[in-house]
Amino acid sequence: MNIHEYQAKELFRKYRVPVPEGHVAHTAGQALSIAEQIDGERWVVKAQIHAGGRGKGGGMKVTNQLAEVETFADRLIGSHLVTPQTGPAGRIVHRVLVEQAQDIAHEYYLSLLIDRGSQRVSVIASDAGGMDIEEVAAKTPGKIVREAVDPAIGLQDFQCRKIAHGIGLRGKQIHALTGLLKRLYRCFRDNDAQLIEINPLARLDDGRLIALDAKMSFDDNALFRHPDITDLRDFDEEDPKEVDASGHDLSYIALDGNVGCIVNGAGLAMATMDAISYYGGLPANFLDVGGGASPEKIANAFRIVLDDPNVHSVLLNIFAGINRCDWIAEGIVQAIRDQQIGTPVIVRLAGTNVERGKAILAASGLDFIEADKLDDAARKAVAAANGETA
Amino acid sequence: MSILVDKRSRVIFQGFTGQHASFHAEEAMRIGTRVVGGVTPGKGGQQHLGLPVFDTVDAAVRETGADVSVLFVPPPFCGDAILEAIDAGIGVIVVITDGVPTQDMVRVKRYQIGHDTLIVGPNTAGVITPNQCKAGIMPSHIYQPGPIGVVSRSGTLNYEAVEQMNELGLGQSTSISIGGDPVNGCDFLTILKKFDADPATEAVLMIGEIGGQQEVEAARWAKEHMNKPLAAFIAGATAPPGRRMGHAGAIISGASDTAQAKMEALEQLDVSVVRNAAGIGGTLKKLV
Repeated sequence: MNIHEYQAKELFRKYRVPVPEGHVAHTAGQALSIAEQIDGERWVVKAQIHAGGRGKGGGMKVTNQLAEVETFADRLIGSHLVTPQTGPAGRIVHRVLVEQAQDIAHEYYLSLLIDRGSQRVSVIASDAGGMDIEEVAAKTPGKIVREAVDPAIGLQDFQCRKIAHGIGLRGKQIHALTGLLKRLYRCFRDNDAQLIEINPLARLDDGRLIALDAKMSFDDNALFRHPDITDLRDFDEEDPKEVDASGHDLSYIALDGNVGCIVNGAGLAMATMDAISYYGGLPANFLDVGGGASPEKIANAFRIVLDDPNVHSVLLNIFAGINRCDWIAEGIVQAIRDQQIGTPVIVRLAGTNVERGKAILAASGLDFIEADKLDDAARKAVAAANGETA
Repeated sequence: MSILVDKRSRVIFQGFTGQHASFHAEEAMRIGTRVVGGVTPGKGGQQHLGLPVFDTVDAAVRETGADVSVLFVPPPFCGDAILEAIDAGIGVIVVITDGVPTQDMVRVKRYQIGHDTLIVGPNTAGVITPNQCKAGIMPSHIYQPGPIGVVSRSGTLNYEAVEQMNELGLGQSTSISIGGDPVNGCDFLTILKKFDADPATEAVLMIGEIGGQQEVEAARWAKEHMNKPLAAFIAGATAPPGRRMGHAGAIISGASDTAQAKMEALEQLDVSVVRNAAGIGGTLKKLV
């Protein structure tokens, strides 16, 4: 689960990780009154959406004119902001963050993440802040410092000093970074975060270190023990169909193709999409019905997949282990009857109780395209989507 | 021969008296798995499925000599249950549970250091040595004894590959799903090493997916050290970057995480890469 920058910075404040003075505004009027209350003579206004590249997309402005804070906030709020990470449709801006502008001497990159390589939480830092870290890693890998944290003892001072030295901090700033990193690690650990990214972390003209940006995401599997974090979820930032699907315990992701997919298991679901593509088609979605797929789940899966007007055929691929083909077949028959589905449906059943499942489909008298194997199913689904018969 | 489990394995279930554990314990016994009991805290002393229930894994190990444990423990308690199994000296811990918090697994893996334990999962379909031992939830009737070692992240894609192999008369020495989580008990490399040392395994199939670099690391070792042919399929060629494809770990976080990049890296390491998911069986047939 992702949260907004302003929410991450509020969490940082609780852990005494330095952030600029500022507040979130839902209207241009609020933005102005927040700016009036902030010390200093320059302000930053930043669009709050769950996507990066806001600077490049025109979602950020630094100004020394109070009136400009208001006009810029007015222009942003309610607009569609398109950044390199939003896709062409962009995101609607519902709020802006108004902050005191800082006098920056240098920008660094800093992140904490679950590192799959070490299988631990790792701190990653670089003296090349404000840039895409992937780009830094590709071009100048020597500029990146990495420290894995032993969960039994936590992040140690010496590791923080190594990181500080590695990114070129000197003198008192080495101790400042140590304190900041240890508090940030606690913030990560206590809240079951998945990623904290500060890009940039700034060294100011007066020597202080401060988080100018904050990106934070959390482990969905641990949200059950963090009701306060769960409350930060912003449904406006999520695809309503994906929210609908997750409410029915279905994992759905919309894509651009015309072959709808309903599959059990994430791996088989990906492989089914790949097979569709291998045979010249394009999948319209990823959908994993998971284990224990009840008729109700199958019905919801059909409804969500067919809600996409680009879908011209549906490939249902079930390899039942924990599931049972007879239950799945009952669900299919019920969904097609209830929803009066006219789109061609290709069904491939395998595994537990497959013969009983096939018998239920045959007895229904409904018009399915049957397939025994994955390649056969993918070919038929691609052909049906193109209005042909395989 | 086989790896991890065989007909001598003494299997217990943690979360034994729950609905799913009960169903799968019975299924396991049906194919001859030596299930010796189970653990449900608070229900020690009872009998379930004709077998003893214990309050602690330690008691179960002392009374039954169990060396394999299959976990059906709900996510909030699962990390602790794995620690308990490690502490009790269980050799192979199979964690079926889906949804274990990542940092719980980080702590589990720290605790595991210095213990002679192998963890499969979480979020796994488990391990099966056909006709000998099933420590998992897979449809056991599709698995047949034979020369291919199978290791996958996904459960259902493992079934798919096995069915393709069956049509060509290829059975499995042992089949393992390591699970789809970003921090998981054992990686592809650990399993490849075991298959390489197993006389019953003639060739190995590795089924990976987008996210992480485990497949490439395993293949790098295989190129230098493995004496058996290795085939691989990587799921997720059509997955968009930055999106989590069902499995918690199946996310493209960088250029080297994509299916294409992994397939190319594997091909350069002399792995027989299957480009079409429907061609897994055919590729293996050529290797043995």
